[in-house]
Amino acid sequence: MKTIRTLAVGAAAAFALTACASTNPMASPSTSASKSSTIVVGSANFPESELLADIYAGALKAKGVTVTTKVNIGTRETYVPALKNGEINVIPEYTGAFALYLNKAAVVTDGATSLASLKAALPETLIALDPSKAEDKDSVAVTAATAAQYNLKSIGDLAPVASQLVLGGPPEWATRANGVQGLKTVYGLTFKEFKPLDTAGPLTVTALKNGQVQAANLFTTDPSIKASGFVVLDDPKNLFGAQNVIPVVTKSLATPTVTAALNAVSVKLDTDSLATLVTKVVVDKQDASKVADEWLKAQGLA
Amino acid sequence: MTWFLDHLALVGSLLLVHAWLAVVPLLLGLIIAIPLGWLAERNRVLRPILVVGTGLLYTIPSLALFILMPLVLGTGILDPLNVIIALTVYTVALLVRTVVDGLSAVPETVRQAAIAMGIGGARRFFTVELPLAVPVISSGLRVAAVSNVSIVSIAALLGIAQLGSLFTDGFARDFLDPIVVGIVACLVLSVVLDALIIGVTRVLTPWVAARSAA
Amino acid sequence: MNLVWAWLADPAHWQGTGGIPARIAEHLLYSALVLVLAAAVAVPLGLWIGHTGRGRVVVVNVVNGMRSVPTLGLLYVSVLVLAPRLRGDWAFLTPAIIVLFLLAMPPILAGAYAGVAEVDPGVRDAARGMGMSGLEVLWGVEIPCALPLIFSGLRSATLQVIATATVAASVSVGGLGRFLIDGLAARDYGQMAGGALLIGLVALAVDGVFALVQRVAVSPGLRPARPLKTHEAIPAS
Repeated sequence: MKTIRTLAVGAAAAFALTACASTNPMASPSTSASKSSTIVVGSANFPESELLADIYAGALKAKGVTVTTKVNIGTRETYVPALKNGEINVIPEYTGAFALYLNKAAVVTDGATSLASLKAALPETLIALDPSKAEDKDSVAVTAATAAQYNLKSIGDLAPVASQLVLGGPPEWATRANGVQGLKTVYGLTFKEFKPLDTAGPLTVTALKNGQVQAANLFTTDPSIKASGFVVLDDPKNLFGAQNVIPVVTKSLATPTVTAALNAVSVKLDTDSLATLVTKVVVDKQDASKVADEWLKAQGLA
Repeated sequence: MTWFLDHLALVGSLLLVHAWLAVVPLLLGLIIAIPLGWLAERNRVLRPILVVGTGLLYTIPSLALFILMPLVLGTGILDPLNVIIALTVYTVALLVRTVVDGLSAVPETVRQAAIAMGIGGARRFFTVELPLAVPVISSGLRVAAVSNVSIVSIAALLGIAQLGSLFTDGFARDFLDPIVVGIVACLVLSVVLDALIIGVTRVLTPWVAARSAA
Repeated sequence: MNLVWAWLADPAHWQGTGGIPARIAEHLLYSALVLVLAAAVAVPLGLWIGHTGRGRVVVVNVVNGMRSVPTLGLLYVSVLVLAPRLRGDWAFLTPAIIVLFLLAMPPILAGAYAGVAEVDPGVRDAARGMGMSGLEVLWGVEIPCALPLIFSGLRSATLQVIATATVAASVSVGGLGRFLIDGLAARDYGQMAGGALLIGLVALAVDGVFALVQRVAVSPGLRPARPLKTHEAIPAS
């Protein structure tokens, strides 16, 4: 361990020298938020988040703000520390899910309580701007065959059979309040096994289709739900609550220009348009940045 | 192919960053490994410690090293410095043994001749021993270059943009085009780096070509 | 460091299908499967090339080319292409094993090839002179002489596979990599560092076993073997 550290320090010193001597092609913005006039928009590790980051970045650019993006950072558990220490300054979030992340006891039953919970739980340095009407919820989905076999309509219907079924979801679901834990405490479900997959991506879709898992976490805007005929189970006890898309920003950088630009996006964004945009990226394989630009132009935001 | 042509600028900029993240550790690693290798070659006690110890660094999975760097360095989690330093550690791990191999391969008679000519200490190392070790060191450097190019791409799992981002992006959308383009770009980068190292080695060791031509 | 001990010391982490013993067993099983498959192909091929001298250039280039292919990209391609066509748990395991197999091939091939190619021509001629056939020379002389380098190649491949099997966890495969990927997703440093430590220990233990087997298998007359040179071994990713 000690050798690593010595080497690392030496390397760091050497890097500092080379970095001073040459122009750094990374052109990465200052890692601290201090005095940096560039705003860094981050995203989580799934396409919709990346798309929303591009939309926010485009809207800010159109108002003359200097912006860079750092997409696909990882899970909420990964990017929130980066948001707190100023490595990123804007992140597209979901009201209920983020509130539950910050406070496991947060009440997220509807849009208003979710937003209130989020604002109450948010650290001092961050500010949540206006939420949009667009909602993308976590969900528990099953194949049509599984739904028919066990007569499943809502998540609670899984109770008698859960012990024979394998649940799939992103790895972080194992520890999240609105994941495996919540399914147990809110719906009393204990599955035979939890299989860590990806963030509602191709692993999850494949695992559901070929029977590695019988129930899995998908996002409600996911085009694969329709394409593969998956059944999204109702959530009458509001485990996943209201999850409206909302920009969360470093408070010290939330100037009137920034706030106005991002709130204007929230006004125009609704669930259907979000789902359409996601389909363009995931199904039609268009670039998130291009889809974002086109939408901003069409809405008169860029 | 059309995807590639539509995204030339993107691939180009990712390629540049990728090259930077792979090459800087290569040079830093070389600069660190030469004195360490020199020490290990001369000192019977230090030799096994340095050679085995640095070799052990290779059993640390790169993903773990990337993730744990901020804890050791106090850097931010998105700082490319984490990747640069982690790869420098790997490069050193690989090159220390190569430098030792290279220096050990310098014929004792040559060394004695240099001593007899009055070339001592540091001067002998830099003008006689190190140049003669260049071919072996260069072979190790080629392996390190190729391995760095591959390992850099794993940093995409942590949101550090480079060619590996094409892998994660393509995978998340079940889309092969960017992944394949990323792989090919990595291969091209490896080949170019390899050719560069071979070229520099030729310039540094004119006697090798002269000998094989004779 | 305290985080790591706290994670390792928690008895809950040592139980069940996701516990440390189960993950070690998975890791060893996948690695063994990959290495047996790779050795079954690469050792005979390397021996044949070393023995006949045929196809050398092709193999050297293919091997070097394979080294340059980024593991993560190859893994993703192979999962996207193969997984939808496979059923059950093999859907993600098969692509991962194929990728690790391709990773294990080069060092084993290089070791076997170099081992035979570097047998002292005098020794080979002497065996011929004693009337041994080509196969007898291979079996009785070349392979025993090549064993140290064959082992070097195998050990190098083993270390690489054990370290790289980690990445397979990003496509839902089990093994010790789960602790890294799950730890990353939950930002649990103790779990990640603990997992990395376990992978290192497993790699060392397996390498130790190989060293013992090598001691028994290799003729004492051939010791000390020259270690595989750096440019023949390859690092993990």
